[in-house]
Amino acid sequence: MALEPTSNPEKPIPPHVSPDGENLTLPPGSALDREATRRTRRSFIGLGLAGVAGVLGWRYLLSRPDADGTPAPFRRVLDANGRLSAAYFRETRLAPEFAKSQGVREVRTNGDAGLNSEIDLAAWRLKVRPYAKDITYAEHDRTREFTLADIKALPRIEMTTQLKCIEGWSIVVNWAGARFVDFLAKYPLATLSGQPIKDVANPPADLAPYVSLVTPDEEYYVGLDMHSAIHPQTLLCYEINGQPLSLEHGAPLRLVTPLKYGIKHLKRIGTIAFADQRPADYWAEQGYDWDAGH
Amino acid sequence: MKKLVEKHPLAIRWFHWVNFPVLALMIWSGLWIYWANDIYRLGWGNTTLYKFFPQSFYDATHLDHKLAQGMAWHFLLMWVFFINGLLYVLYTLFSGEWRYLLPNRHSFREAIEVTLHDLGLRQAAPLVQKYNGAQRLAYTAVILMGLGSLLTGLAIYKPTQFGWLTQGLGGYEAARVEHFVLTIGYVLFFIVHVAQVGRAGWNNFRSMVAGFEIEDVPAGAASPRLAPREPEPKA
Repeated sequence: MALEPTSNPEKPIPPHVSPDGENLTLPPGSALDREATRRTRRSFIGLGLAGVAGVLGWRYLLSRPDADGTPAPFRRVLDANGRLSAAYFRETRLAPEFAKSQGVREVRTNGDAGLNSEIDLAAWRLKVRPYAKDITYAEHDRTREFTLADIKALPRIEMTTQLKCIEGWSIVVNWAGARFVDFLAKYPLATLSGQPIKDVANPPADLAPYVSLVTPDEEYYVGLDMHSAIHPQTLLCYEINGQPLSLEHGAPLRLVTPLKYGIKHLKRIGTIAFADQRPADYWAEQGYDWDAGH
Repeated sequence: MKKLVEKHPLAIRWFHWVNFPVLALMIWSGLWIYWANDIYRLGWGNTTLYKFFPQSFYDATHLDHKLAQGMAWHFLLMWVFFINGLLYVLYTLFSGEWRYLLPNRHSFREAIEVTLHDLGLRQAAPLVQKYNGAQRLAYTAVILMGLGSLLTGLAIYKPTQFGWLTQGLGGYEAARVEHFVLTIGYVLFFIVHVAQVGRAGWNNFRSMVAGFEIEDVPAGAASPRLAPREPEPKA
């Protein structure tokens, strides 16, 4: 059959009225009709098989073993996206800051995990476990304790930034507290050698890659990558709108970072630790992205 | 003389049929995400014409309480949507198919003629070259919408690292609205597209699967391909 598109330089079809709706029935049994039927059948079978393969492939992905609340392939993609974000991350990129007057008067609260146990604010201490390869030694012998006054002795940073909840809403809030990096500059607990962070852009080589924050009752816990933790807009926050934190906002000390969704803004910090591996994260165990970064 | 005229190259058919389920799942997972903060509505002041979405919609679709799952799907399929769309654009550029797809100086007038014809208000069907003016506008617009979804999506996804983009789009809240509006745009596109495909009939629909269309080709214009030039201006 000589029905393949011919390569002779005939004149192409000029603009014309669409053939839709015309009677385009081919002579039954003609070579052209057989060719049209053959190509139609082949193409629709191909599309059908591709559709079936797509459905089966997607169902296969969904049937893979669970990895912290989501099928493993989806978890791997979330983690790969996180690594890509980390490679693109620059500590010089700052979240936009707003005028203090643009901050909301009444700050919305959302979530009380980790806040439901009794707390004696006067007796509260921030516990920090220095970065060490020998975890048991660090846990039992070298844990340092800080009072709120110790944190307030660090330079007070006030910033008005947008808190973005993973649910999709956002509010502009006026926060005040100490930069986490200033805390580590004064108390060099995040390096193996004990050397302080002098330059955020060039941190010491033995700086821990991850930070863990846990509430005193250990009911809520988040993990952060160190680059986000030592970003200049990451605060150990003790004030909202110039007032000490209320209990529902995380008194006496909470984390604030416009580099992460609100789920990472742990309220009522009990213990901070440093780790080689990604620390446990409350929402990442329930199907959410561990990085949750902005 | 009836001929099988090659209409849609294989690559474009693949891009089209890959995009269809991927975009559908992006919209579906997007609705799972949107549900967690479903604040948009059509209206003004205290008057609401339509809330996105009424409880009856959620009751019918069961797309509530799936935020984490929605994000996991969305942030996987975004890569497929992006890569497929990028390959499509590159293919149309390098194959010359863009000549049929981009609007030209006749397209706006032609689009009006097409619309009037389709509404039964104009007798004469306009001349087309694979796509009519309305199609050129629609198929170019939907690609720009795809780019818009990628950019507004990135602005919501990484609003600090891409702060310039987020601010350029009017801020985080505005970018989220824009991302949502574009999605509504796809739904409207889909409704019109499917209706038009239904109207155009089997010969046209088959061409998006099998590639060819049966045409009554005038003698002397027998080559089964379409002229890549712009239509001649009519007298």
